[in-house]
Amino acid sequence: MKRETQNSGVFTRRALIVGGVQVAALGALAARLYQVQVVEGARYATLADSNRISARLLAPPRGRLLDRNGVVVAGNRLNWRALLIAEQTADVGATLDNFARVVMLADHDRARIERDLRRHRRFIPVILREFLTWEDMARIEVHAPDLPGVLVDVGTTREYRFGPTLAHIVGYVAPPAEDDAEDDPVLALPGMRVGRAGMERVHDEVLRGRAGAVQLEVNANGRVIRELDRQEGVPGEDISLTIDADLQQAVLGRLGEESASAVVLDARTGDVLAMASNPSFDPSLFNSGVSQAQWVEWTSNRRAPLINKAVAGLYSPGSTFKTVVALAALEAKVVTAGETINCPGYLDYGDRRYHCWSKGGHGNLDLRGAIKNSCDVYFFEAARRMGIDKLAAMANRFGIGVDLQADLPGARTGLMPTRAWAAGRGEVWNIGDSIVCGIGQGRVQTTPLALATMTARLATGRMVVPRLTRGTVAPVAASMGVSERGLAMVREGMWAVVNEQAGSAPLAKLGPLNSPVYATAQMAGKTGSVQVRNVTREQREHGYKSEDLAWEFRPHALFVAFAPHDAPRYALALVVEHGNAGAQAAAPIAREIMIETLLRDPAGQVAPAKQAAK
Amino acid sequence: MSVFERRLLRDSSFGLTGKFLRISWLYVLLLGGLAGVGYVALYSAAGGAPDPYATKHILRFGFGLGLMLSIAMIDIRFIAKLSWVAYAGGIVLLVLVLRMGHVGKGAQRWIELAGMQWQPSELMKLALVLALASWFHKASWERVGNPLFLIPPTLAVLLPVGLILKQPNLGTAVITAVVGMTVFLGAGLRWWKVLVLIGGLAGAMPLAYAHLHDYQRSRIDVFLNPESDPLGAGYNIIQSKIALGSGGIWGKGFLQGTQGHLNFLPEKQTDFIFTMWAEEFGLVGSYALMGLLCLIVLGGVVIAIRCRHQYGRLVALGVSMNFFMYVFVNLAMVMGVIPVGGVPLPLVSHGGSAMIMVMIGMGVLMSVHVHRDVEFGGEEAGFGPRRIG
Repeated sequence: MKRETQNSGVFTRRALIVGGVQVAALGALAARLYQVQVVEGARYATLADSNRISARLLAPPRGRLLDRNGVVVAGNRLNWRALLIAEQTADVGATLDNFARVVMLADHDRARIERDLRRHRRFIPVILREFLTWEDMARIEVHAPDLPGVLVDVGTTREYRFGPTLAHIVGYVAPPAEDDAEDDPVLALPGMRVGRAGMERVHDEVLRGRAGAVQLEVNANGRVIRELDRQEGVPGEDISLTIDADLQQAVLGRLGEESASAVVLDARTGDVLAMASNPSFDPSLFNSGVSQAQWVEWTSNRRAPLINKAVAGLYSPGSTFKTVVALAALEAKVVTAGETINCPGYLDYGDRRYHCWSKGGHGNLDLRGAIKNSCDVYFFEAARRMGIDKLAAMANRFGIGVDLQADLPGARTGLMPTRAWAAGRGEVWNIGDSIVCGIGQGRVQTTPLALATMTARLATGRMVVPRLTRGTVAPVAASMGVSERGLAMVREGMWAVVNEQAGSAPLAKLGPLNSPVYATAQMAGKTGSVQVRNVTREQREHGYKSEDLAWEFRPHALFVAFAPHDAPRYALALVVEHGNAGAQAAAPIAREIMIETLLRDPAGQVAPAKQAAK
Repeated sequence: MSVFERRLLRDSSFGLTGKFLRISWLYVLLLGGLAGVGYVALYSAAGGAPDPYATKHILRFGFGLGLMLSIAMIDIRFIAKLSWVAYAGGIVLLVLVLRMGHVGKGAQRWIELAGMQWQPSELMKLALVLALASWFHKASWERVGNPLFLIPPTLAVLLPVGLILKQPNLGTAVITAVVGMTVFLGAGLRWWKVLVLIGGLAGAMPLAYAHLHDYQRSRIDVFLNPESDPLGAGYNIIQSKIALGSGGIWGKGFLQGTQGHLNFLPEKQTDFIFTMWAEEFGLVGSYALMGLLCLIVLGGVVIAIRCRHQYGRLVALGVSMNFFMYVFVNLAMVMGVIPVGGVPLPLVSHGGSAMIMVMIGMGVLMSVHVHRDVEFGGEEAGFGPRRIG
């Protein structure tokens, strides 16, 4: 028993020590817990909130683009799409097979879906098909039991109701590049698009709007449990354009199959009513993704459908430029109104002979007659007398070779050469170079938009600036400061071109119109034919015909015009690439465009009501 | 010693009813309270539903309680006779699990039986306690001082510890070693030897680190600096601390814990159940739970002290130490004090086999309590050493 008592005593002491150590250890943990829960509690509470609360951006609806009459030319359409949530189906492959049986699913679609499924977590929806029709959706609904995890939802997509008609002006949207998302986090949202061309690009920031934010409670997997707070974003603003979508459609229709471009301006405000570039393209293809084949077709097409020829196509102005040359000569006082210059069919200068288009010559012509007949010799002589710098100064004032500040991306400035320009390039500027510029050939290059601007400025005598975006107030253009008398003479000549016996463009004569305001309106205009390569002496002697040349070597046909001639309201410029003669190829189209424009004039349309009131 | 003076019971005066009445119902009540905490916490872990955890939990506890009370009725001397049998069985199971066990989290630990995963190491800890108690049962103070006498029990500890390390399961191996050492201590091992052992273990730490598996090393590395890998291995510790800390003094309220309910908390129904509780009931609730755990641990120590035979004392101390080690490692782990180690909180965490193993241990403890005054027949118990001379 002694041994037992001894054991018991030792054990009791030691058990008490063990118990004490255990209590002390738990006490230490209690102290630790106090530190975590109370001392550092606030910090961990914040961390818990940042764990569970996830702020997400809400995509704002993109602003619309409207034409001058409020017609939506770029809007948002509901986009019904089928999504797949992988975790809601036991067998993704089987669901996809079933889906492909219900709704067509191309192989590359399937590859993309499988790639997306791999990339995203299993509860994140992956797009199976977009732009579902009602029929598609009905079929999906009917087969819903075979399609676990498939759901249909609606997003928005950009819709261009006028498609190719306004493609170059409106532009298009496309998914943002990765760099863009760094500038504006809203761009990282799925389905966001940025303007990539045209007005979509110019006004992208206004159209885009500001993102809203929503605070979501999420779990550890990132799945949304509930919404805690929501701040709606600011939808993108609508933008009104100066374009008349109807007129644009009519103009494009008139251009037919030609590789051509036409610009119609309100000659007083500079509003671009129509700006057509033919052929065009379907802008909505960029939204969903352009196929390789389509891209190759566009870029290899020599009629360049993707290029807006109205602002990016560079052409020598040709004879349409003679209007400005005439004005410059008058202003420079190297010719006077009544002075005549004899045209024997050519001008000899130095050791070169410059041919007039009329082989036999025009005889004695004054300024008006020279414009009317588009006599080359008269303008060779005028340019020779004043020199390139005076001509260039006047051309610049009329928008040739200067930046028009047109609010359209891709607009080109063109070129109006000067002696200084030549010197800067290390070239010697000869009088002969100036002489060629007198008929708008040589180095002079400009765009259809600049030609239309030139015509509007000639017609009104004001510094009209073309614009595509409508402001709240109509701009008032300042006077050009060119002598009214000179302008009147040029306009007179342009009127004669179209309306007088033996004018150079009789096909452009309007004739009586079915409009109370413009019934007797007459158009003034000027033709132009621009060689794209030099005519050799041999060709000239063998009586070559430009119609016989291969298409890409034929001259461009140009026409500029304004109407009515006595109270100018509209100005237009038309370039038919490789259309041969302006008088034949361009003038009739210009006439039809001008008629369309005049008949659509709001003044002309309210007039019958006024008459009825009387 | 008069407090512990009891008349010795003879088998004839000690029927089933008598035994039943001697059960410490207060202690049973404490265990029931702990299981109740488990029910509440698991109800919350399931997002406010009795399924799939809470109902099962309480049913298992009921089963475990029946098992415990049944074991409590078994004469402790009979248990003592089976000590080495149990030990041998435990070793066999450990070898089996190494050969054919299920691999989980990079280690072979489980045997699938009756639809549950059993860790033989749990059984081994209890068997080791029984075997050591049996060895030291009649050993005098002088004999425990004899180094030769200590060699067999030391080997008896090292064998299972080595097998468990081979799984590898560092946490359980350490717990097993500590529990074994506690029995040595209770038996009268000299203090200087205890200190040498502790010093030796501490010295072996860096050596052990070099032989650890990568997943174990990463646990330690991450433990030392959890923010080094916030989405990987450090995630558990960080989220657990966030849950504890955001609970504050009063907690977020029942079913209101965001960390737990939004699944930021890993394994919230098993290893991290305490975190779940602390987030919802705050420091106050945590302290209450820790107080309850402390009472259960100390209750075991009191049972040990009140026992009048060395075998029962050592068994009770070992079982109570085993329970304490569960609690301590689990709590220290979720508080970020020691590396994460897959140790559940007994009677609170979800898990069938762990619950049953704990309740078997509690049954043995209660058997010690019921049979605290029985007289052991001399040298007969177990395969203990015969006295020389």
